[in-house]
Amino acid sequence: MSALSVTYVLMFYLATALLVFGLVRKIVQYAQTPAPLKIPTTPAPVTKSGVVLRMASEVVLFNSLFKASKWTWLFGWMFHLALLLAFFRHLRYVISPDSFLWPLVNLEIVQSFGKYAGFAMIIGLLGLFGRRIFVDRVRYISSPSDYLMLLLILGIAVTGMMMSFVAHTDIVHLKEFILGLIYFNWQPVPTDPLLLIHLSLIIVLMIIFPISKLLHAPGVFFSPTRNQVDNPREVRHVAPWAAKLDAESDS
Amino acid sequence: MADFETPELTEIPVVPHIKEGVMADSKPYVAKADFQEALGFPGELVDNWEKVAVDKLGELKGKYRSLQVFLDSCVKCGACTDKCHYYLGTSDPKNMPVARQDLLRKVYRRHYTFAGKYFPKLVGAVDMTKEVLDDWYSYYHQCSQCRRCSVYCPYGIDTAEISMAAREIMDEIGVGQKYCNEIIAKVFKIGNNLGLPEPALADTLEGLEEEVEEDTGIPIKFPLDVKGADIMLVTPSADFFAEPHVDGLIGYAKVFHEAGASWTISSYASEAANFGMFIGSYENMRRVSRRIRKAAKDLGVKRIIFGECGHAWRVAYSFLNTLAGPWDFLDPNYPVPQHICEYTHDLIQQGKLKFDKSENDHMTLTFHDSCNVARASRMGDKPGGQFRIPREIIKATCNNFYDMPSDTIGEATFCCGGGGGLLTDDLMEIRVKGAMPRMQAYKTVVEDHGVTNVAAICAICKTQFAKVLPYYGFTMDQIISLHQLVGDALILSDAPSEATATESSEE
Repeated sequence: MSALSVTYVLMFYLATALLVFGLVRKIVQYAQTPAPLKIPTTPAPVTKSGVVLRMASEVVLFNSLFKASKWTWLFGWMFHLALLLAFFRHLRYVISPDSFLWPLVNLEIVQSFGKYAGFAMIIGLLGLFGRRIFVDRVRYISSPSDYLMLLLILGIAVTGMMMSFVAHTDIVHLKEFILGLIYFNWQPVPTDPLLLIHLSLIIVLMIIFPISKLLHAPGVFFSPTRNQVDNPREVRHVAPWAAKLDAESDS
Repeated sequence: MADFETPELTEIPVVPHIKEGVMADSKPYVAKADFQEALGFPGELVDNWEKVAVDKLGELKGKYRSLQVFLDSCVKCGACTDKCHYYLGTSDPKNMPVARQDLLRKVYRRHYTFAGKYFPKLVGAVDMTKEVLDDWYSYYHQCSQCRRCSVYCPYGIDTAEISMAAREIMDEIGVGQKYCNEIIAKVFKIGNNLGLPEPALADTLEGLEEEVEEDTGIPIKFPLDVKGADIMLVTPSADFFAEPHVDGLIGYAKVFHEAGASWTISSYASEAANFGMFIGSYENMRRVSRRIRKAAKDLGVKRIIFGECGHAWRVAYSFLNTLAGPWDFLDPNYPVPQHICEYTHDLIQQGKLKFDKSENDHMTLTFHDSCNVARASRMGDKPGGQFRIPREIIKATCNNFYDMPSDTIGEATFCCGGGGGLLTDDLMEIRVKGAMPRMQAYKTVVEDHGVTNVAAICAICKTQFAKVLPYYGFTMDQIISLHQLVGDALILSDAPSEATATESSEE
């Protein structure tokens, strides 16, 4: 195998390891940090199933963002939905045809939605980028990393789109390369420059995911203002470190 | 009136362009050593304060999931940037919720994240310096912890949690705020925010009894420290004499009287407010709360009812069970604690209170949803009861009521501008400017519906409105207590029923 292929193989393993390790570490941290007080933003659901609904409306529909700013919601939701559709489309590069999932992944609707979602993704990203430049309030709060993050994902989207619509890449060899990674039977990476850029940017994204604001993905599920049940009068809620204070004082 | 300009009220609300640094000089007085130490904090700036501050931040993010998750999750989408009343009223970009959070987040990133340690410029990370501390002191005391931003944040990031943490860190390095810390020290020493000792409180309540009897011809009692009473009323100490608060207290007393309830105020826990929350100190908030537990046990009451106070109701509703529970020694048939509005509303539902609404016909009312009641608590057993119940009480007692525009009430309500420990004269500029969005909404109903008065259920809101209304061309007496409406319209049965507090007060 060429040095290039070896490099990509190693980089993918490294990126995957960092992504998984980093995310697990953060999720464990979030789960283990106590929430000593009941702080749901009210009105809040009074039952657990209500909380599941509230969380679903946040994660699926971006309900709070919709209340806040229709433009940001439109661009943000468009981008995330497109990301999901593109993800489904990409499954065919990692699932072997004898898998039970294959018929699903290979559905025409999954493939073409995933393909054209790229346009929505790019429009969404440009919209978000535009807000950062043209709205003085958003410009004020933007760091270089905030622009670079959008450019990085835009780069991934554009190179991906170009391989779909302009210069097709060697999908068969790409799939061999990816399956080779999964089954530890390494195959050469195709040398199409567009593909190599696409893959490199994805490696970068995977590495920075757990050390950047992309932590909003796991973070939203742990947000006490959204995931707590509004029942403080009915159920006494005490964190372990706070319970120690109770033990020290005679009630 | 002052050396700053009162913002103009425009026809339609406008989101201003940013003007950097215009509020940088707004800072409250620093707490003196005595008061710092009374709360368990160092008296003055400690030697290696930079390190102490960073370490404290590390400790807090390990104790509060909210802080850890909120510091990590912000994507700088800007959804919150036009939601804070202090930003809308001042145009200072550091009053945008995300920018306010970033004052702390940039230090968190520098010391506790990989990107901030190795690429500080890229992610906007900075060390803990004197400039940073100055910004903290200035801008974390321009947040009323009203949680409006948290309603709109896609991750529910609540700037109140961040500003509480920042204030606790500042207390920990010896830079506390005079107003809050003096008040908390007074509660520990005397029992209430005003430093009103038991004899003075007894005097005040006696005076009120005389006044009300003169007014109504009926001996309505304001019992103090009555052992064995059924209900202990915990109310903000401003209710004992400030205007318009005291009219609310008279209203509660009339309701108790009409219901034939046995009730009492405690001189030991003669304060509903709990400024421990404002400074983010769990320990101090807990210490204040446990006075209520002790008073309830000592007096042997069966129920606890809170008077009209916003943040006090947050602490009471959301935290009291955690901080001072379990309440297994009280009557399990009632929630602990209850809000006076829940109590009055229940009586209205049961048909036990009769009103002559025409008593309030000289006014056309609107209602100000206090931020902590609206977004940090509940009344009744259904979500949103905190909006419905006070309005139903108003409609039961008044003929003329109009709500302010829908994007300024309910969960979207604008803070009065004086909450979160900012209700002090040394912060008058930010208080007046922060009141702008609320005043704008009020002006709308004044012009459209001829509204003459605004009712509130929060001691801080009432004091703040009385102060800022004149800046916007209104009069200070336009703010009233919700229970003033109740008290004025309530038809008192001629003979007081048998189970009043006076009879049951014999020990």
